[in-house]
Amino acid sequence: MRKKNVSSLKSGRRRPAVSAALLVLGLLVTGGAYAAFSASTASAEVDLQSQQVITEGQKLFAANCATCHGQQAQGTEAGPSLIGVGSAAVDFQVGTGRMPMQAQGPQAPEKPVQFTDEQVKALAAYVASLAPGPSIPTADQLVNGNVANGGELFRINCAMCHNVAGAGGALTEGKYAPELKSVEAVHVYEAMLTGPQNMPVFNDLNLTPEDKKDIIAYLEYNKNHPSVGGLELSSLGPVSEGLFIWIFGIGAIVGLTIWITAKSN
Amino acid sequence: MSITAKASNYLDERTSISGAVKEFGRKIFPDHWSFLLGEVALYSFVIILLSGTFLTFFFQASMTPVEYSGSYVPLKGVEMSAAMSSTLDISFDIRGGLLMRQVHHWAALLFVSAIGLHMLRVFFTGAFRKPREINWSIGFVLFVLAMAEGFTGYSLPDDLLSGNGLRIIDGMIVAFPVVGTWISFLLFGGEFPGGDIVGRLYSLHILLLPLIVIAFIGVHLMFVIIHKHTQYPGPGRTEQNVVGYPVLPVYAAKAGGFFFIVFGVVALFAATVTINPIWSYGPYDPSPVSAGTQPDWYIGFADGALRLMPPHLETYWFGYTWSWNILIPVIILVVFLAVVFAYPFFEAWVTGDKREHHLLDRPRNAPVRTAIGAAGVTFYAVLWAAASSDIIATHFKVTMEGVINTLQILLVLGPIFAFMITKRMCLALQKKDREIVLHGYETGRIVRLPGGEFIEVHEQIDEFERWQLVSFNDNAPIMLRPNPRGRITSRMRARANWSRFFFEDRIAPVSKSEHMEALEHAHH
Amino acid sequence: MAKNEKAGSDLVASTSVNSSVELGTAVVAPDSFENPGFPAHRERVTDLNPKKMKRAERAVYVLFYLSIVGSLFAIFAYMFFPIEDGDTTSIRLNTLFIGLGITLSLLALGIAAVHWGKAVMADKEGVDHRHPVRGNDETRARAVEIFKEADEESGFSRRTLIRNGLIAAIVAFPLPAIALFRGLAPMNVDPNNQMKYTMWKKGLRLTQDPTGTPIKASDLTIGSAFQVIPEGLVDLPEKEMLNAKAKAAVLLVRLKPEDLKWADPQREAWSYQGIVAYSKICTHVGCPVALYEQQTHHLLCPCHQSQFDITEQAKVIFGPAARPLPQLPITVDAEGYLVATSDFTEPVGPSFWERSK
Repeated sequence: MRKKNVSSLKSGRRRPAVSAALLVLGLLVTGGAYAAFSASTASAEVDLQSQQVITEGQKLFAANCATCHGQQAQGTEAGPSLIGVGSAAVDFQVGTGRMPMQAQGPQAPEKPVQFTDEQVKALAAYVASLAPGPSIPTADQLVNGNVANGGELFRINCAMCHNVAGAGGALTEGKYAPELKSVEAVHVYEAMLTGPQNMPVFNDLNLTPEDKKDIIAYLEYNKNHPSVGGLELSSLGPVSEGLFIWIFGIGAIVGLTIWITAKSN
Repeated sequence: MSITAKASNYLDERTSISGAVKEFGRKIFPDHWSFLLGEVALYSFVIILLSGTFLTFFFQASMTPVEYSGSYVPLKGVEMSAAMSSTLDISFDIRGGLLMRQVHHWAALLFVSAIGLHMLRVFFTGAFRKPREINWSIGFVLFVLAMAEGFTGYSLPDDLLSGNGLRIIDGMIVAFPVVGTWISFLLFGGEFPGGDIVGRLYSLHILLLPLIVIAFIGVHLMFVIIHKHTQYPGPGRTEQNVVGYPVLPVYAAKAGGFFFIVFGVVALFAATVTINPIWSYGPYDPSPVSAGTQPDWYIGFADGALRLMPPHLETYWFGYTWSWNILIPVIILVVFLAVVFAYPFFEAWVTGDKREHHLLDRPRNAPVRTAIGAAGVTFYAVLWAAASSDIIATHFKVTMEGVINTLQILLVLGPIFAFMITKRMCLALQKKDREIVLHGYETGRIVRLPGGEFIEVHEQIDEFERWQLVSFNDNAPIMLRPNPRGRITSRMRARANWSRFFFEDRIAPVSKSEHMEALEHAHH
Repeated sequence: MAKNEKAGSDLVASTSVNSSVELGTAVVAPDSFENPGFPAHRERVTDLNPKKMKRAERAVYVLFYLSIVGSLFAIFAYMFFPIEDGDTTSIRLNTLFIGLGITLSLLALGIAAVHWGKAVMADKEGVDHRHPVRGNDETRARAVEIFKEADEESGFSRRTLIRNGLIAAIVAFPLPAIALFRGLAPMNVDPNNQMKYTMWKKGLRLTQDPTGTPIKASDLTIGSAFQVIPEGLVDLPEKEMLNAKAKAAVLLVRLKPEDLKWADPQREAWSYQGIVAYSKICTHVGCPVALYEQQTHHLLCPCHQSQFDITEQAKVIFGPAARPLPQLPITVDAEGYLVATSDFTEPVGPSFWERSK
């Protein structure tokens, strides 16, 4: 099984062929390969402690957020207080485009981000300056986790809502747990830490920073390793498999039966 | 003597095979695409046997805990059963192993779909009528066995998805009055999940169930030979003949080639599309569960029935628990399947038609039967859709409660509407057929008559096309007459009522005199 | 609509071969059309055009050779795309190329055979005559006679004691097999008793799944959800562990104490400062109910969409479940760790027949 004794020359020759074949069959085989990098992290360039950044954030806040969250982020009828939510919550909500919300709905959906990275960080810095709260993880908090442990923790704590493959799932009354394959590691970390919307909070005593790192390692592994079986059919499990066999399987077979029994000409 | 002749002689002197060749070699099979659906089921089953045998060489049907040490990184060092671990080895460490797993599973899904489609074809064309009622029942049993095969196979890898599937089955079993708890204990060898279930399901999956399936397929095909295949009506075709191609050579080439084509399609799916990625699900553990936990498609209708029950259906009577939230869906499903099983006998009783039927009905020419079929399909489809209520909700951005409530209503109203609409459509199509026979078809040519009037020229169809439209079974409700003892029994009354339900709205085929009259009318 | 006003009175005897057979509701009109017989045979292009025939022949054998290429390709793929330990791409390629080779081999073979049958083999439709399925009268009479003779010779109907003995013996002989199947479940256990109790008992700490780390009340912030197993569960042997976990799994959440409404005031003592523990095993058919929405405080089962409201003692608010999730009574011990104050006070999981006994 494990042919370790293949000559390096041989395997060296094989690699280009492999890549070429992969290119040609790319769509068919992988259903769109996932970009193999993602652990883009909190940009270190912005200093969240700097008064200048905080002032910049305050201005942005007054212009974009205060209508719902109040001038001092104290909260209004339309939006909760942000005192003590920390920079992590802001970076998650604004950095994934969930905030500012466009319309009231069952939940704030992910949408194109409205601000530049610097602006997001400035907002985070401002909110963090109001009261201590969970802060944006550093780059080294997101890498080098244990994939196997992460997988186990993911299945126990996350899979019931987000699906074992991170394909997402339904919640009550039109809400849903989003898919995780396109979510950046830093946002996954922040979501666990802050429990946005209906997601429970996984504080550092529930899932330790080490545990969070492992879960992220597992998700990153899945992003970088498309299914060995081929097309993933959105990882929805038996429902998409059933639809596939009825539409493509039965479709192809019935087409062929018609060809077989049609008069040749 | 040539070597072939010598060999044939050797064989025949010991087997009298020449008799079989004489008997079956030129047997005629009618040709129609829909007649191949049963073959698809048969071929899928052969593919399942072949790929399944390969899998048994590597699979360990044991729940003994082991620490996974194969090459799939995210599960390394994780404690799991030998069943799960060996399934991972098949997928990640044996060349072609994953391919064979996927061939096996895709073929299984195709197997049940093909059976379902084949049953629909037989139903809607009335192929189940005398003398084939018993063969319908045998085919029905095969359908149920196929579902059982599928479910036992789905449960073998002992992954999270199948474990939760078994948990649901256990939850249903224990709800059964009186015997439920004990059946569950006997099945699982004690409390759920225990350490025996995988081994036991394996015996059923690879030994007992396949044996029964093979036996039933044998009987099913034997009856096809005894009855000879049905055929669609058409010029030259009668109840007394079969028109088609001989087994040798044309039918053998087509049917034989078709086996490889079906196998090829399954192999293509297996090579390119993931099915049941157990490595994502991980080993079974009673605490986790995945969003979107669903059974394979053919069990979906049962899962859907469970999902559609309203809350709080449970009573305590005589100190015991009656779980209506499980018993009602089970009763509904059993009744539904019983109706499917018994339909041919029921229709035979209603019509009282004791003739053999080898010419098929066009669905429109049996409006009520077709409408009943459409109602049944709708009922099944609603249950089926209910099994993916959560996925429908997320993908169409609606609430899951809305989906479920809508399907609850549809489960009752859907079949009724489907029945009415289908029946009306059939009658309308029959009327159109009559129109065409009587007045010809519209040519699209507009002619101006000398008087200034515009008419579209209608052209008569030829006698072969006409035969297609006029040669169908016509039924009329029976009249209630006292039996020889001068009595009208409630059974007779029921039969008369049913026959009215079936044949009250009736479009008779065009007769020769009607046609003549129409022609004469057209000439004036 | 041609409603049959005379209701079946216009039935006319069939003129077909089966005329002796009952027609039932079927109507055979006296002046129905006659079968026009077979239409003229239509030639295929390959019959009319020898060039086309040649081309079809060529297509058939080329496909057969292509099939061989596919088989060889699959074998080469097996050798040249080995699986390398831990490299998922190698598995993908191994599966893909062996699979595509087999696909080519099978499809080409199948299409070639079908094309041969359709385009090259003689296009001669045949007609077989059908016979009624029933045996002819003579055969049937002989069959009856055989049974009669056999009955006479054996005395099957006459010697009733023997016959009834045979029937009774045949009924009785499979019974031992039923007894043998009792061995499927362990002896000396009462299912009812086992299903009513879990591992939880007074003083047992609540620990985290899967590590078994004990949980302090202060570890839970508002909106937290912990997946919980009893202390000591991880030390059980694997088999017992799964059985115990299948009943003892618990979800622990913290709400604002004022959000919790207690229909049964005594139950308030089962919580600790807004921390409540509920069985994770659905009361419907037993799936783990762990989808906790921290703002609505609803618990959702992903299998059949039952919903439970944590603020109202986990009562059912939607879906097929009938009963609330059982609550585990908890408090804190001297060191501040959360502990159970007893087992669940009712059986967890799906309803079973003897549940209320």
